[in-house]
Amino acid sequence: MSELLKQIGETTNNAGARLGDTILEARDLHVIFGTGVRAVDGINLKIYRGETLGVVGESGCGKSTLGRTLCMLEAPTGGSVALNGLPISDMKGSSLREARKSLQMVFQDPYSSLDPRQRAGEIIGEPLLLAGVDKKQRQSRVNELLDLVSIGASGYAKFPREFSGGQRQRIGIARSLAANPEIIICDEPVSALDVSVQAQIVNLLVSLQRKLNLTYVFISHDLAVVRQMADRVAVMYLGRIVELADADKIFAAPRHPYTAALLSAVPRMPTSSAKRKPISLPGDPPSPMHLPPGCRFQARCWLRQKLGSPDVCSAVDPMLSGTGDHQAACHFQEHVDAQRGAQNA
Amino acid sequence: MTIVPSIQRRGVSLLPTSIRSKPGLAVAIAFLVLIVVVAASASFLPYDAYRQDLLHRNSPPSWNHILGTDELGRDMLARLAIGARVSLVVAVTSTVAAVLIGIAVGAIAGYKRGWIDSVCMRFVDSMYAFPDTLFAILIAGVVKGQLSQSSTDFFSPITALYKMSGGLFGVFLTLSFTSWLVCARIVRAEVIILRSAEYVAAARLAGASDLFVMRRHILPNCLPVIIVAATFVVPSAILLEAGLSFLGVGVDPPTPSWGAMIASGVRSMQSYPHLLITPAIAVGLTLLSINVVGDALREHFDPSFRRGGEAS
Ligand SMILES: Nc1ncnc2c1ncn2[C@@H]1O[C@H](COP(=O)(O)OP(=O)(O)OP(=O)(O)O)[C@@H](O)[C@H]1O
Ligand code: SF4
Ligand SMILES: [Mg+2]
Repeated sequence: MSELLKQIGETTNNAGARLGDTILEARDLHVIFGTGVRAVDGINLKIYRGETLGVVGESGCGKSTLGRTLCMLEAPTGGSVALNGLPISDMKGSSLREARKSLQMVFQDPYSSLDPRQRAGEIIGEPLLLAGVDKKQRQSRVNELLDLVSIGASGYAKFPREFSGGQRQRIGIARSLAANPEIIICDEPVSALDVSVQAQIVNLLVSLQRKLNLTYVFISHDLAVVRQMADRVAVMYLGRIVELADADKIFAAPRHPYTAALLSAVPRMPTSSAKRKPISLPGDPPSPMHLPPGCRFQARCWLRQKLGSPDVCSAVDPMLSGTGDHQAACHFQEHVDAQRGAQNA
Repeated sequence: MTIVPSIQRRGVSLLPTSIRSKPGLAVAIAFLVLIVVVAASASFLPYDAYRQDLLHRNSPPSWNHILGTDELGRDMLARLAIGARVSLVVAVTSTVAAVLIGIAVGAIAGYKRGWIDSVCMRFVDSMYAFPDTLFAILIAGVVKGQLSQSSTDFFSPITALYKMSGGLFGVFLTLSFTSWLVCARIVRAEVIILRSAEYVAAARLAGASDLFVMRRHILPNCLPVIIVAATFVVPSAILLEAGLSFLGVGVDPPTPSWGAMIASGVRSMQSYPHLLITPAIAVGLTLLSINVVGDALREHFDPSFRRGGEAS
């Protein structure tokens, strides 16, 4: 992991949010599945042009569902999504297809993300085919894209099975770029890959972002990768964003006990202050169908324990609050940073 | 993960290698080829399947009649050959029809889900509740009753077709109507898995319509399970045809079919066992061979291998 950090570290630096205008906005987004699972449970989020927003959280907290809903692969059961000001969550059929052209996704599974029966050239050219680009132009554009992701034109006629996991991911990235998107939602694009390959893909994404002026939503459960990629970070817990801040702020001084616990669990994470003992997260998250009243983190919250279980935690559901560039959903967010040092006494 | 490439690469050279390692498969294929050749060359055999020779009734196998003659003195080999033609043609055509219906219903139900899926699958389930054979007999009886009457309404071309085919068309309809259920289920299950594949999501994000996704991604990837479904349907169609003809709701006499031959063989089983044994062996060996070949195809295309690979 430390090697990965070093490799990535050379190509990126957290320049802070390069705030442009809002490109994608979610308002009070809800996704409740037929099973009763509240996978996304009231999310408000603005994504600014040119930035990388990291989305982190435990498995099952709704990261993928959020990503899929932002591009309307999953219909929200409540709330709205606007892309460049257009309410894509109200659209259907061909108008939706037209409106979300500038939105693409890179997927986690390098196996199921490419049709095994198609050649790399056909896969990458599919968005062009759908956009009505003629064959000749399509071929030259695909070759261009193959070069861009360092596969090279020799990969054109090969089938997905002939590529390694990392190469497949490059092909998936090339496909997502084919139609010149403005924003790409990357759902754990490197977590299925070997660590050595992860760094290459992350570097590719970063250099593409610079070259093509892309906006990323970068979903991951790997804080180390997010720290290197992201300008801002959203921490998700049970379908909610519990902390949202500039990357350097969140890593230096988290304002939600859950984030603090996640950070302490990352081995050899270079932190600003002295070494801390890892904070344990007892138990599993509660069922996303039956949430307790009050704070959804209360059953596992070390800070609440420390503060002698104040009533407000089990009575009032904390909303995101704080300053513009650092918000957390915790009634005692100003205590988090100070208390985490003295944890696990 | 490495299973995916190996399975798919095998696709090109499937049969040669598997045959070399499996003598049983080779024998089965050879037998099926033989049956097909015999069926195709039935018209060139020395005896006519319909010519009666009342002086030589029920004669046992001899040099003149290699498989003997039946109760009307007709040559058994000739009848068996025509019977093979009838059985195979009916089984294959009704399998094709059943598979097409199954693909249509299964693909729509599995892709659309929701109430369309519920309606389709409730229907399929309730059809399933009938025992296969009973259901076939029921349909066959109705079909036969309807079609053999001289009708003047819009059924008349179908009736004509039915009569012209010596009852074959009725069997075809019956088999198609009963056999598509399996196929619909198998295809639906596969479509449900495939539609959530990430490459389908990518296509939809790039602006693909349902039709495009279906044609370009889902149906081609369903091909293995469709072949698997067909390997189930063909033998059961042969068996059903034999059963229907045996019960007298299949092919009309004097058209020979294996089932009809078995039926008449049973009647004189005690005195002239060859009348029963010959067609029974023909049906048995054919079914066995088809099952052996079907097993090999299934093993080759088994979606569970592929899925195991993709899931990782
Ligand atoms: N199609 C679906 N139908 C029903 N429940 C679903 C569906 N998709 C996801 N879920 C449930 O919604 C919750 C959030 O799932 P999601 O895949 O968004 O989590 P995630 O944060 O991406 O997890 P991971 O890190 O494992 O990818 C989970 O409890 C999951 O079981
Ligand atoms: S509100 Fe209370 S229970 Fe919730 S995270 Fe803050 S301290 Fe913990
Ligand atoms: Mg996920």
